[in-house]
Parts: sequence; structure tokens; C-alpha cells
Amino acid sequence: MNLSFALADSLWGPFARNEFMQNALLASSLVAIICAIAGTYVVLRGLSFVGDALAHGVIPGIALALLFGIPGVVGAAVGALVMMGGVSVITTRVRLSADTAIGLLFVGMLSLGVIITSRSTSFVGDITRILFGELLGVTHADLAWQSVVLVLVAAIAFIAHRPFVLMSLDDGLARTSGFSVTFFHGLMLTMVAMAVVGSFQLVGTLLVLGLLVAPAATGALLARRVSTMMLVASVCGVMSSYVGLLTSYHFDVAAGASIVFTSVYLFVLVAVVTIPRRMRGASELPHQHEHGH
Amino acid sequence: MSHQDATNIAGLTITASHLDVGYGLHRVVRDINLQTQRGDLIALIGTNGSGKSTLLKSLAGMLPAMHGEVSVLGTRPGAAPKRVAYLPQHPVSSHTLPLRARDVVAMGRFAHLGLFKRAGATDREIVERTMQRTGAVEFADKPLREMSGGQQQRTHLAQVLSRQAEVLLLDEPTAGLDIAGKAAVADIIAAERARGVTVVLATHDLADATSATAVMLLAQRVVAFGPPDVALSDANVRECFGFTQPH
Repeated sequence: MNLSFALADSLWGPFARNEFMQNALLASSLVAIICAIAGTYVVLRGLSFVGDALAHGVIPGIALALLFGIPGVVGAAVGALVMMGGVSVITTRVRLSADTAIGLLFVGMLSLGVIITSRSTSFVGDITRILFGELLGVTHADLAWQSVVLVLVAAIAFIAHRPFVLMSLDDGLARTSGFSVTFFHGLMLTMVAMAVVGSFQLVGTLLVLGLLVAPAATGALLARRVSTMMLVASVCGVMSSYVGLLTSYHFDVAAGASIVFTSVYLFVLVAVVTIPRRMRGASELPHQHEHGH
Repeated sequence: MSHQDATNIAGLTITASHLDVGYGLHRVVRDINLQTQRGDLIALIGTNGSGKSTLLKSLAGMLPAMHGEVSVLGTRPGAAPKRVAYLPQHPVSSHTLPLRARDVVAMGRFAHLGLFKRAGATDREIVERTMQRTGAVEFADKPLREMSGGQQQRTHLAQVLSRQAEVLLLDEPTAGLDIAGKAAVADIIAAERARGVTVVLATHDLADATSATAVMLLAQRVVAFGPPDVALSDANVRECFGFTQPH
């Protein structure tokens, strides 16, 4: 009896006793759901690298904001806009493979961010906070802001669900179905940028990609429908938040990194467990029979 | 009177005059002249790289006309998505996309539904019926990523049909299908024509062309265009493919 009580206490006690842990769990769950929604399309449309670039593109903006005492979120939003513009110009105008160009832009923005931050007197603290986040100091204002981002991201995903799914299958199909690929691709990038801007304070710009990609990738392994994939991704993200925070509390390790690590570990676990099923699917392919009608 | 007005008045479905098609700065086929009416089947015949797919993409509005004039259902290509359906040569198969056959087919209704309109009983009935027509109904709940090539082709063809378009642009719809599957596609094309649909079909197979209203032989230029028995002369086929079909 005592043992089960001790177990229950170690699983929920840290959250019941500490408001900062409650806030951290609430905030990381909000962020996990935001990232699950945006991340589903990141995974389906193969935008992981662009997502990563966006996450690093916000760094100079945040650094400048910190330098001038403006809220970091404003700087991040401006940084994301600049990065989106850069990615869009590069992918349409420059005769380089997109990954090379985006990679250069990404490293350029990252180094610019570090240069700007190095002017600050609290350089190490600032850059650590930007790169790895600050989960245990969540305020009510942060929670309100994340709720707004969740509503906006969910609204975009709901409104643009049809063109987003068409584009995930084929841009041409979206175009011949009467949807502007340029517009909806831009909207999708905006949604990803919003997720990044809404999440970086918690898990940091370096790790936000993990929350965008890992739960959604786990969802892709398990789901047969896009809506189910999003749901599975959300559940995985929230579970990772809980497990990661608990690990961080009991073992005194970095909270954001623990959450992201848990979500990646969960993906690996599901991938290994589902290998037999996927192998079976693959081996059936050459032998599928054809019926005439 | 504009070119498009002329198309409407004459009841033509597709018109092209002195049309050049290609990618970027590269013109693949020059000076295409074409007029179709309801129920017509135009077979585009040629080897790989002959310009069949380029012409179909131009008619679908995915490539801009490089020169000349083209109109589909009285408007520019791509401007009437509810009334024109296009089957690309290699419909994409995604390894990550969680979509069942019935979800892929239902996407054919998106052009009618837009962003917000809910899919109703009629839409679901159309999806079910088209899946029956192509045989996709047998694996309706199977995920796209677990399908064979032939099953994917049947699914994508059902998607195209579910749009209930007036012009069908089909790029090698029988690719990956067995003999029975090919016969089923021929039946579908005949049935679509019977209800007044104009079909433009790109194919390698001369047998597909015999029932066409007109055949366009392509080899990065228009080798011949006319009724099958005239266009498919030995000399034209030799020029197009480099050999003559045995009779």
C-alpha cells in the first residue's frame, strides 16, 4: 500500500506540489499540441529542413529583441518572416539546390544571432536560453500567448485542411483542384513559423524541431488517416511532456531536452515495434493480384 | 470576336491554334492545332519524351502556353477545375501519407467542395460508385502506402472520375494494369464518352488509338493528326516510333 502510494506520489506529486511544474506541464502540453498540428504537415510535405531553418532563423530576431528590451516573441516573429522570405526567394530564384541554399541561410542566421548575442553582457545565459529554452519559469502570460497560438494554428489547419492534404500528395493535384499552391504553401510555412515562435521559449530553438517532427512521425507510423495522425501526434507530444518533465524533476536534468528526447525515443520504440507490420506490407507489394472488372 | 467566345459558340470543348508547349525556355512541341467536341476521344501517341505529357499538362493548366492560343471549355486551361480532371503519368505514392483508398478518391471531390463545403450524401455516393467502376472498392480501406502499383493506379483513376468532369486528361491510365485492368479502363473511357465527356488520352499503345475520334502522333512535333486509319499509316508510325507495327 505504502509502495503504491509512493509510486503514485512520485508520478504526480511533483506536479501537485509545485505550481511551476503545473505551469510547465500545461505550457509544454499546449506547445506539444501546437507542434503536433503543424508537425503533421511538416512530416507529410517533407518540410523538416525548412522547419529547422525557420527555428534557427528566429535567433537573430530574438537576440536583437533582448538587446533592445523588446519581448523576444516579437523579435522571433520578425526573424521568422525574414527567414520565410529568404527561403521563398531562394527556392524560386536561385539556381542552387534548395537544401544547399536553405542550409546556408540557416547557418548565416544562426551565426548572426550568436554575433548579436555576444554583444550582450549576459551572453552565455542569453544564448543558452534561446537555444535550449526555459521551461520551468513559465508565466501566466506565456500560457495565454501559447493558447492564442494554438487557436491560430488549429484554425489554419482546419481551414486549409483540403489544400494541405492535396499538396502533401502532389502540388499538381492541388493546382488542378483549383487551390493556389503558392498561397497555401506560404500559409503552411506561416503555420510552422507560428508553431516555432510559440514554442521556442519552452524548448529552445535548437530542440523545437524535435517536437515538430518526432510526435508527427510517430503518428505517421500508426495512423491510416491524417486526422488520426494529428491525434496520435498530440497524444505522443503530451505524453513526452509529462515523462520528460518528470524525468527532469527526479533526476535534475534539463527539462526541454528531456521532453524532446522522450518524444524521439517514443518514435524509435514505435518504429521498432511496427517493423514486422511494415515489412509485411512491403513484401506484399510485388505479389498483389489484379482483378478485372 | 475573341478566341474564347468562338469556342463557346461552336460548342467546342478544347481548341488550340498554333500552340507551342514546353518547360521553361524549352519548347517540346510547336504548332499544335486541335479542336474537340463533346464525346470525342483524342489519342496522343508517341515515345517517351515525344511531348504527350507536356501537351496534357498544358491543357490541365500546369504549364503555361509558350505561344499560340489554347482554350478548355471556353476558358484558359486550369481555370475550370470543377469541369476538368487530370490523371498524371506517375501519380505520387507517399510512404508517409496516411490515406486510405477511399480518402484518396474522395479528394477528387475537393474541387467541387472548396475549403468549407461539407461532403454530402451525393459526394459519398459518387466516391463509392467510382471506386466500384475501377475496382478500388475491393481495397477501399487499405492505406495508399501499402498498395501495389496497379491498385494505386485504380485508386487515382477513381479519384479523377469522381470529379465528374466534362474533360478528362489521362496520361497513360493503363500503366501498371494487367489485361483485365486495361479492358476495364477502355470500358470506362467508352462510358465517359457516351455521357458527353471529352477524353484526351496519352498512350504508348497503338491499340488504344483505334477507337479514337482522332489520333495525334507526336515526336517532339506533330507527325500526323487525323482519324485513326489515316493518322496511323505505316509511314507515320515508322516516323514516330522508328518501326512499323506488324499487321
